[in-house]
Amino acid sequence: MPSYLQASLVAGMVAAASVTCSSQGYGASTAAGVNPRGQVLSLSCAGCHGTDGKSASIIPSIYGKSAEYIESALKDFKSGARVSTVMARHAKGYSDEEIHLIAEYFGSVGKKTGKTGGRK
Amino acid sequence: MSSISRRDFNKLLLAGSAGVAFGVFGSGSQGFAAQKRVVVIGGGFGGAATAKYLKKLDPSITVTLVEPKAAYATCPFSNWVLADLRTMPQITQTYSALAHRHGIKVIGDTATAIDPVKGTVTLKGGRTLGYDRLVVSPGIDFKWSAIEGYSQALAESKMPHAYQAGVQTQLLHKQLHAMKDGGTVLICPPANPFRCPPGPYERASLVAHYLKKKKPNSKVIILDPKEKFSKQGLFTKGWQRLYPGMIEWRGATTGGKILSVDGAAMTVKTDLGEVKGDVINIIPPQKAGQIAFTAGLTDESGWCPVNPMSFESTIHKNIHVIGDACKAGAMPKSGFAASSQGKVAAAAIVMLLRGQEPAPPSLVNTCYSLVGTDYGISVAGVYQFTANGIVEIPGSGGLTPIDASDDQLAQEAMFAEGWYTNIVRDIWG
Ligand SMILES: Cc1cc2nc3c(=O)[nH]c(=O)nc-3n(C[C@H](O)[C@H](O)[C@H](O)COP(=O)(O)OP(=O)(O)OC[C@H]3O[C@@H](n4cnc5c(N)ncnc54)[C@H](O)[C@@H]3O)c2cc1C
Repeated sequence: MPSYLQASLVAGMVAAASVTCSSQGYGASTAAGVNPRGQVLSLSCAGCHGTDGKSASIIPSIYGKSAEYIESALKDFKSGARVSTVMARHAKGYSDEEIHLIAEYFGSVGKKTGKTGGRK
Repeated sequence: MSSISRRDFNKLLLAGSAGVAFGVFGSGSQGFAAQKRVVVIGGGFGGAATAKYLKKLDPSITVTLVEPKAAYATCPFSNWVLADLRTMPQITQTYSALAHRHGIKVIGDTATAIDPVKGTVTLKGGRTLGYDRLVVSPGIDFKWSAIEGYSQALAESKMPHAYQAGVQTQLLHKQLHAMKDGGTVLICPPANPFRCPPGPYERASLVAHYLKKKKPNSKVIILDPKEKFSKQGLFTKGWQRLYPGMIEWRGATTGGKILSVDGAAMTVKTDLGEVKGDVINIIPPQKAGQIAFTAGLTDESGWCPVNPMSFESTIHKNIHVIGDACKAGAMPKSGFAASSQGKVAAAAIVMLLRGQEPAPPSLVNTCYSLVGTDYGISVAGVYQFTANGIVEIPGSGGLTPIDASDDQLAQEAMFAEGWYTNIVRDIWG
């Protein structure tokens, strides 16, 4: 692997590891304790489920669901225990650890109050 | 595959948490008194998503979005417009929420030059904007001279591409509606890579949907320089079920390769002879949007090489290129992919402006295609960054199963609509 990629990946992992100290460092709109890696993983979900997981359509909302619920739903999609059209194909792209981070992120977004949760 | 494996990844993660002082990350935004400025060129799927998420992730950044159009018609669902399943206003987005709700400075102008050394963008209207980081998401331009007899003037009069939505969509719509029953519609996609790989085939489906209802003796012929195409098995099965005998696909070895076109005679010449069309939709070969060339951001491929960690150009520092214009490995050129890249770039820029390293990217795509009103199919992908660039995560993603039940297909059609509603709100809402 080219060394610049290696270097930036290592640095990236270090940033990802800063779970416990990311609150000031990562921006005014992220809640205290938000893991940047969890956030980056979770931003993708909005492409179908809406900003912060708030759906305005037939696609289910993630917003407001508990971390436990999201984690078990994603794991069930991944294993096939829960039948889906497209979710299994997505869930299979994430390790259990990543699923945990995504669940933690949406669990915390739903609990936030104030104007940082996106529209309405 | 010589990628960084998940095990290595975890090892690095552990090494990082054990060995690095957390204090580095504690400096916070107050440490940077000077307002950071990010300029975004292009208010499409990539640029608008980046602008919105930059503000969402760090409201202290001054974000300026440069886009000449006051109203942006999305290519997604423009094929639905051709079949009267949507109207143009229903697929048109504006910038008022970005400007008024999210505090983005929206400038209705075109970027004409970038100075990567000084860090400035020059606009057609004469203004110059300074930036700390620049995001370039200009979409595509067409290679007008790639096909003999074809030109921009011909595209704007007789042979629309309808591959940038708006007046082009309306022109093709008008031609389809004016065509007599029993007519032939030619759809001529380019070779790879191009914007929205399933786009021409969804178009063939929805044109057939319209013709079946209104002009049932007509047909669609696809003249394709490729040997295979996106979601081919699913499309072919859908065409047989919904539009038997109406859609004919000719590939590279069966007369699909276009040599020239004749606008006066309304014919297309292929290596196996001439084909006459009543409506001719030429989708020409493509390259990155003009400003990417002007700014020297492209390589010999005609697209822009980037570092997938942050989508920063590997040619010019502090400039990030996203969306159709960039080279994103295994990711297709789609609106979903452009917005996913925009979010990764936004998150990375927030970190980089603080002198920190970005978190590893997470990239996703889902492309729905409508074959008929209750008949949706999709392709999904989850991607990771490895030494081989951006690759699909093995075992993930893929297509709607070829033996999907009618219920599943109907559900996917509903999810396609749900996807559109949510993604345009996520980006422009
Ligand atoms: C028929 C069709 C159907 C499609 N369906 C889907 C679908 O279902 N799902 C999906 O995900 N994708 C779909 N796509 C693909 C999608 O439209 C593109 O991939 C997406 O638009 C790419 O986003 P972008 O930001 O790179 O470019 P664009 O969305 O094209 O945005 C570029 C913007 O930059 C502006 N611009 C260009 N140059 C300058 C400049 N110099 N200064 C200022 N502004 C500038 C342009 O005016 C434009 O608004 C479809 C495409 C087509 C053609």
